[in-house]
Amino acid sequence: MIYFKKVSKAYPPNCLALDNINLTINDEEFVSIAGRSGAGKSTLIKLLIREELPSKGQILWGDQDIGKLHNRDIPFWRRQIGMIFQDFRLLPNKTAYENIAFAMEVGGCPKLEIEKSVPQLLKLVNLINKADNFPDQLSGGEQQRVAIARALAHRPKVLVADEPTGNLDLLNTWEIIKLLMKINELKTIVILSTHDRDIINGLDRRVITLEKGKIIKDDPKGKYILF
Amino acid sequence: MFTTFVRIIKSGCISFWRNKWLSSSAVSMMSLAILGITSLLLVNVLINSLTANLEDKIDISVYFNLDTSEDEILDARVDLVKLNEVRSAEYVSTGEALNKFKDKHKDNSILMQSLDELGNNPLSASLNIKAQQASQYESIVSFFEQEKYNEIIDKINYLENKAVIARLTSITRSIRQIGLVILLVLAGLAVLVTFNTIRLTIYSSRREIKVMKLVGASNWFARGPFIIEGALYGVIAALVSLFILYPLLWYISPKITSYLPGTDLFYFFQANIIVLFLIQILVGVSLGTISSLVAIRRYLEV
Ligand SMILES: Nc1ncnc2c1ncn2[C@@H]1O[C@H](COP(=O)(O)OP(=O)(O)OP(=O)(O)O)[C@@H](O)[C@H]1O
Ligand SMILES: [Mg+2]
Repeated sequence: MIYFKKVSKAYPPNCLALDNINLTINDEEFVSIAGRSGAGKSTLIKLLIREELPSKGQILWGDQDIGKLHNRDIPFWRRQIGMIFQDFRLLPNKTAYENIAFAMEVGGCPKLEIEKSVPQLLKLVNLINKADNFPDQLSGGEQQRVAIARALAHRPKVLVADEPTGNLDLLNTWEIIKLLMKINELKTIVILSTHDRDIINGLDRRVITLEKGKIIKDDPKGKYILF
Repeated sequence: MFTTFVRIIKSGCISFWRNKWLSSSAVSMMSLAILGITSLLLVNVLINSLTANLEDKIDISVYFNLDTSEDEILDARVDLVKLNEVRSAEYVSTGEALNKFKDKHKDNSILMQSLDELGNNPLSASLNIKAQQASQYESIVSFFEQEKYNEIIDKINYLENKAVIARLTSITRSIRQIGLVILLVLAGLAVLVTFNTIRLTIYSSRREIKVMKLVGASNWFARGPFIIEGALYGVIAALVSLFILYPLLWYISPKITSYLPGTDLFYFFQANIIVLFLIQILVGVSLGTISSLVAIRRYLEV
């Protein structure tokens, strides 16, 4: 369970990106975060992966306060979350295989397990024949699928996706969304930020709508609302 | 722990190889730096042998009265060489002095003739003394100013030489100082250039470093490969500069020897090649790793 408790985030000098957010995300839930550009979707996610610190309030994972994590504990926290970004963020000097393996190596995972898991993950995202391609030898959709495989490599309890389909065409978009649904079925929390109306309407899951840093709507079976 | 270490090294080597162009530019900058530092070292060797050469030319002679016995002179010599300042004290007997004189002036028949007419030997015995350093002649001279030597010493040619000695001393000193300053300035430049090159290579990887951190890499896991890369730059740059220096010295050294007899850089280089190479590697590796460590710090804060 993830619990945002009176969380605010102010960027200097005077941008209040999140304003007193209270939010509970339950285990095995699939949550979409909607809202127009600048509403604070990315900021919410950055707080969760501890890329940024909240200015006020607490973010709790169980009874662990993410904002109070010690520097050397941050990597351990991040190994419990999988992350996907709009711009993929693969390591450009590593092949698809190595990118996925890297996420396992950082945690000291034994070699044998890596050699067993990575091909499985590549199969899951249907890229086993592109294992040795570098990111710039892959299409956008393929890169995002590698990123998803990487996010899953350390079997995270939460998968966070910040506009993962922002750079993709319709077909690739739905492929990614289907993958996310499948991952959610395997009992992983999925948090998806998007401003794509079709995705939200097609998902038929919980939708949280942000506006100017505030939650203006939290719908268990959400539709995209017009602004 | 061990697997992590191996993974870091492996990843550093792979990334060195995949970033061939970046790596080769960093290596060439670093080779220049190491080459510069080594040549400065060699120039210093040259300067030292030059000044040593100059200082070697300085000596003073103590001339003894004609009636002084050889034993008295040798006793004085025994006391003299107990002084720390004395490097050598060569005894020249009256006979030897005469032989030298004859040898030197054998073409001057008038001089030879008058010497023959004189019958006995007019030349006094002497001690040729060299000090460890040019500045120490003063104290050696004062040794002979003791009461007991007043009787036997005819003269010391220090006063005539004093001005020359003082000049040589100051020249050698300033050559050493200037050499040191140039060495430090150029070494500083080399270090700066290398540091900046490495900073650029790391700057170009700043996104990668951030991604590594976001995927859950610890600071050491993220920066380790870059430090290995930096160390690799150093090792390869040391090898490169060695391979450049060897033929270069082989070619240049004889020319230097013809200007400055008694200095053989190539020989010095060959004799000290292992030490020099170790110094180069040490310089290269520490430059590479420290630069990487410093340059990467700000990108780890994610
Ligand atoms: N590092 C930063 N420094 C200052 N202001 C920032 C920073 N990051 C974000 N902001 C501001 O915070 C607000 C929320 O930004 P955020 O990135 O969370 O929006 P978003 O909902 O993700 O928008 P988009 O859909 O365009 O990605 C914006 O007004 C933005 O200008
Ligand atoms: Mg955003």
